[in-house]
Amino acid sequence: MTSRRDFLATGGAALGALAVGPRLLEASPVTGYPAPPRLPALYTDAATRELMMEALDAAKRAGASWADVRISRNRNNSVQTREKQVTDVVDADTMGCGVRVLVDGCWGFAATQELSKAGVGVAAQEAVAIAKANRLARDRRVELAPAPAQVDKTWRSAYTIDPFTIAIEEKADLLLRANAAALTVPTVRFVNSGLSFVKEERNYANTDGTVTTQDYVRSWVTMSCTAVAPDRSGTAVRGPEVVQPAGRGWEYVLEADIVNNAKVWAGEAAEKLTAKPVEPGRYDLILHPSQLFLTIHESVAHATELDRAMGYEANYAGTSFVAPPEKVLGTLKFGSPIMQVIGNRSEVGALATIGYDDDGVVPEDFPIIKDGIFVDYQTNREQAPWLREYYAKTGKPVRSHGCSYAQSWADVAFLRMPNVSLQPGDKDLGWDDLIAATDKGIAMIGRASYSIDQQRYNAQFGAQLCYEIRKGKIVGQVKDAAYQMRTPDFWNTLDMLGGKKSYMFGGTFNDGKGQPGQSNAVSHGCPPARFKNANIINTGRAL
Amino acid sequence: MSTFIHDDAPKSLFNIGRAAAPTGVLSRDEAQALVERTVKMSKADAVRVSVNSSRETNLRFADNQMSTSGVTTNTTIRVQSVFGKRRASVVTNDRSDEGLRRAVQQSEAIARLAPEDPEYLGELGGQQYTPVSAWSDATAELTAEGRARAALSALAPARAGNELTVAGFIICNASASAIGTNAGLFAYHRGTTANYTLTARTNDGTGSGWVGAEDTDWAKLDFQSVADRAIDKARRSRNPVGVEPGRYTVIFEPEATANLVGLMGNAFQARAADEGRSAFAKPGGTKLGEKILDERVTLYSDPSDPLILASPFDGEGLPLSRQTWVQNGVLNQLAYNRFWANRQGKTPTGGSAGLRMADGPDSLESLIAGTTRGILVTRLWYLRPLDPRTLMYTGLTRDGTFLIENGKIARSIKNFRFNDSPLFMLNNLEGVGKAVRTAGGEGGPGVAMPPIKVRDFNFTSLSDAV
Repeated sequence: MTSRRDFLATGGAALGALAVGPRLLEASPVTGYPAPPRLPALYTDAATRELMMEALDAAKRAGASWADVRISRNRNNSVQTREKQVTDVVDADTMGCGVRVLVDGCWGFAATQELSKAGVGVAAQEAVAIAKANRLARDRRVELAPAPAQVDKTWRSAYTIDPFTIAIEEKADLLLRANAAALTVPTVRFVNSGLSFVKEERNYANTDGTVTTQDYVRSWVTMSCTAVAPDRSGTAVRGPEVVQPAGRGWEYVLEADIVNNAKVWAGEAAEKLTAKPVEPGRYDLILHPSQLFLTIHESVAHATELDRAMGYEANYAGTSFVAPPEKVLGTLKFGSPIMQVIGNRSEVGALATIGYDDDGVVPEDFPIIKDGIFVDYQTNREQAPWLREYYAKTGKPVRSHGCSYAQSWADVAFLRMPNVSLQPGDKDLGWDDLIAATDKGIAMIGRASYSIDQQRYNAQFGAQLCYEIRKGKIVGQVKDAAYQMRTPDFWNTLDMLGGKKSYMFGGTFNDGKGQPGQSNAVSHGCPPARFKNANIINTGRAL
Repeated sequence: MSTFIHDDAPKSLFNIGRAAAPTGVLSRDEAQALVERTVKMSKADAVRVSVNSSRETNLRFADNQMSTSGVTTNTTIRVQSVFGKRRASVVTNDRSDEGLRRAVQQSEAIARLAPEDPEYLGELGGQQYTPVSAWSDATAELTAEGRARAALSALAPARAGNELTVAGFIICNASASAIGTNAGLFAYHRGTTANYTLTARTNDGTGSGWVGAEDTDWAKLDFQSVADRAIDKARRSRNPVGVEPGRYTVIFEPEATANLVGLMGNAFQARAADEGRSAFAKPGGTKLGEKILDERVTLYSDPSDPLILASPFDGEGLPLSRQTWVQNGVLNQLAYNRFWANRQGKTPTGGSAGLRMADGPDSLESLIAGTTRGILVTRLWYLRPLDPRTLMYTGLTRDGTFLIENGKIARSIKNFRFNDSPLFMLNNLEGVGKAVRTAGGEGGPGVAMPPIKVRDFNFTSLSDAV
């Protein structure tokens, strides 16, 4: 792929000060800032491929029946500010190699930063040694679902301006101008803002013959405006997730128009300062996609991970009420009949979108909830065979849905959620239509305090902004509101959905799971939605 | 054990750095050489080089099966370059001369472009540190066989019957950190942690028990005891009944205390209090010197504490010493970074190095025995803040929640959601036991907490989750 070729230097060992870096643009099209100094490229396709083949060969020589290898270069760039000053500028660039093996149905994994033939060979041998040692505690063998080899495939995510080509000055200037705009609102005394970017080149190969190279970018803008009462009797915060993180580039940051929007967000914080406490009780609840996405994430997406349902997260993230598979697949009434949920890694600009997963599988779009009924789990190659009987009964092939992911070369791949998205309704409705149709309601915007139990039943979710609705109109902000819910009961009260035009992504860079813990970046698409007769509580208390 | 460093390694792609210690973790001499080599490359007014070197080994099992298992060795170098008050940091894990030079040059180039940081105070020169002995060879040199045999202590009894399913995790970390500046500072610390957590669940899906253990020394973890206790807890927690949510006398096991009180470690920032946006702000100032908790509560951070054993310096190389945040219920100290201390005329404390609550005279057994009606909590889950001004949190109980009647554990009960604050909880104190090093952080900063008993803890709803 052209962009990747541009990224790479011509000589593997000749590092020095080669000025061939990630470049899609010479300078910002908007402000004319010069492009930042570029990192030289560090290795070539051919050298990387050679190292990956060496790792696989070393694993097989040592006794692995199957192996895969990832060599990746992870770049992170972050600029953080508060009020009128920059508080931190960090640029990280790390590389390494992770080798995963199967020996007699036992896993072993080793990761090293030593990117030489000897280094990756030693890692492969160590992974095999771990797998062999684990045989003494083995009961059942790991079996992988077949996956066709993907030979020499490349993929690049949907970005048009590489954020790593944008000068630090320009990033800082944008944030400081937004801060200044927010600080024009009288009670807003504090503003924190930041830009964080991820860029990764992920090279993968396995003993099935798959060799893939992928390049993706993720961008995240944060801003939190804090209003303080003149007598210091109270504070109110809007943010920090005022813009949803996305699998896109610098163009996405510009589209977010944070300088003009900052004053709006600051005004919302100021208004929240004088909001009245919510009166607890039953209300129809209207959730904006910026809030609803995380409810989908917590109560639907995590609940339908097959590893959780089978107890693989019992010691940490928990299990799932969507279990055991044989009792819930095709029968569990998860939500109302208008609820359609799809798992995918294909939606353009979403955070979990990728061409090939970390098992070497091409991910597919698959229904998780159809007409309110639970119909399938998220799977990887290790776990898809566990559903063999169900797939046989429903005429589906035993195939991974492509949900394998590792956060970096230093971490082992395991089941991580794809983008899990609630589909829009048939009618052309928007946010205002849902409010107009509601007699006594609460409308919520923006994620705030989120907590759910280890089987994904009992949840308490708050919001950055809560509005009271009376007779089809918003009458003002309320504070300290949260909804408490039991997952299937809640989703069965879903009675209105926005249409296609109101569909948008919410997302997170930091979905934690696994031991050792790993972060996954994931988006959830959804329209605004209404839930009848929700339980609204007041979480406020005074010292 | 492999070293990842071979003398005959080809240099076709990368120059490999100096030979590492057998564990892959840098020794003091190796770290100092790496730091000095990097500092010498700098052309900036000020430079700070921070090195983190680690070897982490782990084993995971679940559904009575072996799961993933591995080892990761890595050394990262962070270079902060400063021109005047313009500064930027670059992180790399390439220890070759080329790699280090690239990181230094890149950080200098970015720093020149960065706006001035008016809060930058310059780099620290040489400091005195109290050495902390946190290293165990038994942990650093643990083999894959050793981990697999440890896992069998739980897998074997679970597989022996049809009653139980276990899921557990063993993680051992050996790490070293070093910081050096061109102003003459050098700091080095190394440590190990061995951490084991185990969840046993009954196959009828109604019972779950969790137990954790952590030490710097692998040899001190008692795997059999952890398995026995988790299995016992799972069996006793079967068939829970629902008890009406409301305000209860609650006994928190040490892990549960740590889950909630441990969150206070981040709340002692002086700046947020001075700015009027923390729980320790009040109109016109802060609550320093005021009684905020029950007089039996003393909370402190101390890298040398035998239950904490943390690094004796922070990210700037500032020495960390014992800081008593709350002394007998009185807010005694807030945390000052260098900038805020300078501005307020205070001594910088650095951040908190772990957090410990001082021991009380009770034990878990005596707290239970002295309770007519109450609830025993094993651990808490998914805690999220509701309001920084009150430290209100929500969260749930998990993996062993019991009703206590007449001094005895009477029966298993369903899990609760709570909405409460450690500030309320530690004002409603009824008893305190002996602190232990908790394990839920999986080898993170040491949090040592005792079992405690409090009245009027606010459970707001029931959870069906087991």
